[in-house]
Amino acid sequence: MRHTLAVLVQNQPGVLARVAGLFSRRGFNIESISVGTTEMPGVSRMTLVAQADEDELEQLTKQLHKLIDVLKISDITQDESVDRELALIKINAEPGNRTEVLQVVDIFRGKIVDVGDRSLIAEVTGATDKVEAMIQLLRPYGIKELVRTGKVAMVRGSKSIA
Amino acid sequence: MRMTGAQALIASLEKENVEVIFGYPGGAILSVYDALYDSRIRHVLTRHEQGAAHAADGYARASGRPGVCMATSGPGATNLVTGLATAHMDSIPIVAITGQVARDSIGRDAFQEADVTGITMPITKHNYLVKQAEDIPRIVKEAFHIATTGRPGPVLIDLPKDVAAATIEFSYPDTVDLPGYKPTLYGHPKQIEEAARALAQAERPVLYVGGGVIAAGASAEVQALAEKAHIPTTTTLMALGAFPAHHPLFLGMPGMHGTVEANLALHECDLLIAVGVRFDDRVTGDVRKFSPHSTKIHIDIDPAEIGKNVKVDIPIVGDARLVLRALLDKVEPALHPAWMEQIAQWRAEHPLGYYSDGDSLMPQFVVEKVYEVTEGKAILTTDVGQHQMWAAQYYRCERPRQFISSGGLGTMGFGFPAAIGAQIANPDQPVFCISGDGSFQMNIQELATAVENDLPVKVCVLNNAFLGMVRQWQQLFYRTRYSASRMSTPDFAKVAEAYGATGLRVQKAADVVPALRTALATPGPVVIDFQVSPEANVWPMIPAGASVDQIMGLDQMPGPGEARAAGGRHSQAGVPAEAGAKAKRTAGGE
Ligand SMILES: Cc1ncc(C[n+]2csc(CCOP(=O)(O)OP(=O)(O)O)c2C)c(N)n1
Repeated sequence: MRHTLAVLVQNQPGVLARVAGLFSRRGFNIESISVGTTEMPGVSRMTLVAQADEDELEQLTKQLHKLIDVLKISDITQDESVDRELALIKINAEPGNRTEVLQVVDIFRGKIVDVGDRSLIAEVTGATDKVEAMIQLLRPYGIKELVRTGKVAMVRGSKSIA
Repeated sequence: MRMTGAQALIASLEKENVEVIFGYPGGAILSVYDALYDSRIRHVLTRHEQGAAHAADGYARASGRPGVCMATSGPGATNLVTGLATAHMDSIPIVAITGQVARDSIGRDAFQEADVTGITMPITKHNYLVKQAEDIPRIVKEAFHIATTGRPGPVLIDLPKDVAAATIEFSYPDTVDLPGYKPTLYGHPKQIEEAARALAQAERPVLYVGGGVIAAGASAEVQALAEKAHIPTTTTLMALGAFPAHHPLFLGMPGMHGTVEANLALHECDLLIAVGVRFDDRVTGDVRKFSPHSTKIHIDIDPAEIGKNVKVDIPIVGDARLVLRALLDKVEPALHPAWMEQIAQWRAEHPLGYYSDGDSLMPQFVVEKVYEVTEGKAILTTDVGQHQMWAAQYYRCERPRQFISSGGLGTMGFGFPAAIGAQIANPDQPVFCISGDGSFQMNIQELATAVENDLPVKVCVLNNAFLGMVRQWQQLFYRTRYSASRMSTPDFAKVAEAYGATGLRVQKAADVVPALRTALATPGPVVIDFQVSPEANVWPMIPAGASVDQIMGLDQMPGPGEARAAGGRHSQAGVPAEAGAKAKRTAGGE
């Protein structure tokens, strides 16, 4: 099963290497990882998406806890949460198909953030499956370049994980 | 007080009451060595950084205090790596200090630069690259705290040369602030009650005790629990001595070369109380068949150990000593006479023992005599191989921290430098290293260290002119094709003499005891080259990945009524056909 973990870490040099190294060393698969600072000075938050069964997830969580720089781990897979990912997509856009491309982007409430002679850059934000769906629809026009942030997630309501 | 980073480092080590550093200097760590020149801390110059790491490890295992080792950047630091991995696998507290190139050279492939924090990340409990001199006191304080608390382990501090040279105002913190590091000490009361209930219902309980018991100083509690609830007890290689070998409840060591009664008891028990163990594959064999009928209680300070290899029913996370104390209060006295009877029968049918190999000197015999001559009181270190297993089987340890061996990593070359560390921690106790001709040569250069420091370490080389354990596997699982396991060996006695130590050579059984007595009476280091039967095997043996029903070599151990060490039968007289065939199916690699 796919799990989403929110991991608070001390913003020490090497902390990302420690977490990523642990995954590969212990044979766990990371699907995505995104890191950034938080409301707390010196504390960063990682959102990790990993495939694991229950036993693997337990091991993974316990091993992560052993890292001195890891402060807190929450499995928010089952929580009501806001999940977002951002993608930038550079698409072939010839005069002939430009309108169609713009329509697809529009349906997904994406934005065109750069316009070139023969290409466009679209920006889309949303849950992973929405981003996925838009990419699929744009594929026939020819994607020249694609970059995704990986998922970030936050539990709904007043509760916070810290 | 104003001082350099290097001086602050040494001052911090003094604050931690470090009495000795095992190390080796070089360019990037010179300013630290310069500061050390003015310190009361003793420095022991090993002849290889690996020796320094193992010596610090042996010091820690023998004393319970953290060991400290030091090396320069690049090759000095990479030479520590095997020692750190050894300590990490066995959860031994070490603080390692390495020099690093100056900050502005990092990442430029500077002379003697290596990414030491990167290299050691998976083999340390934690590590630091010091970015500014102001951080040195805090980092040293944290390093010792992390190394010695919770599940102990090695911590490395990588100190760039220019950071060591910078000037700071020194003050040593009283406390650490590590919000991400809070080991759980007290077991959950509900879990402890449940464990007590399980114990009250058990008819065939077994205590399975590991190195965590030694780390926690919980030997007395283990013994009290065993006695109160009448629980036969097995100690892993890492825990030999944590339970007295002469105790009537002692089962011996479990696992691949464990006693028959320990392995059968683990297999047949209805309650397994595992304390400070990690269900290593050398103990469990095939995990799916391990202890199939038992309810399992697992007490460990590291939550990640629980359920890692074997599913447990009653996990208790906490310090072994504190948990066992709490459990002792809840446990009712009990007796299990039928169970003990069964175990006594197993033991009587298949006691540990060996047949003599014609006139050859038997390695097991040598270990028995080392035991007798030292009255079972020596601190014993071992290297890795057959001799290690014979030491574990035939030197019956009575106290924790008496038996020192590389269990997890199985590092050849560990034993002798570890003996040096153990001797420095215990100057007045006899320290013996049981080694093999292969292993001893992996750190033989430390003879110079032992001589220079006038350490009375006695090295007993069980010299079979083979990489014996490799040869045994080749005999059993690779059709006696001795690929690269036969080995010519130097004249160890002469090597010892060349270093300024005393060297002896023994070829006959009758000379064993006199040589050992001579060694004990001789000041300074002594090497005894015991030229033993070349093809003796370690029995019994459960092949890797197999289970207790595939045990091999029972006919290689004299049965009840048969005289031990009876002549005539050859111990290497071949493998029982059936067991050999089974073993071939399951053999892995060493
Ligand atoms: C550093 C290292 N290299 C290789 C091995 C694999 N190995 C395990 S036991 C062994 C043979 C050890 O030979 P020796 O020290 O002579 O002891 P014996 O088995 O003959 O008693 C070897 C090579 C190891 N454990 N450690």
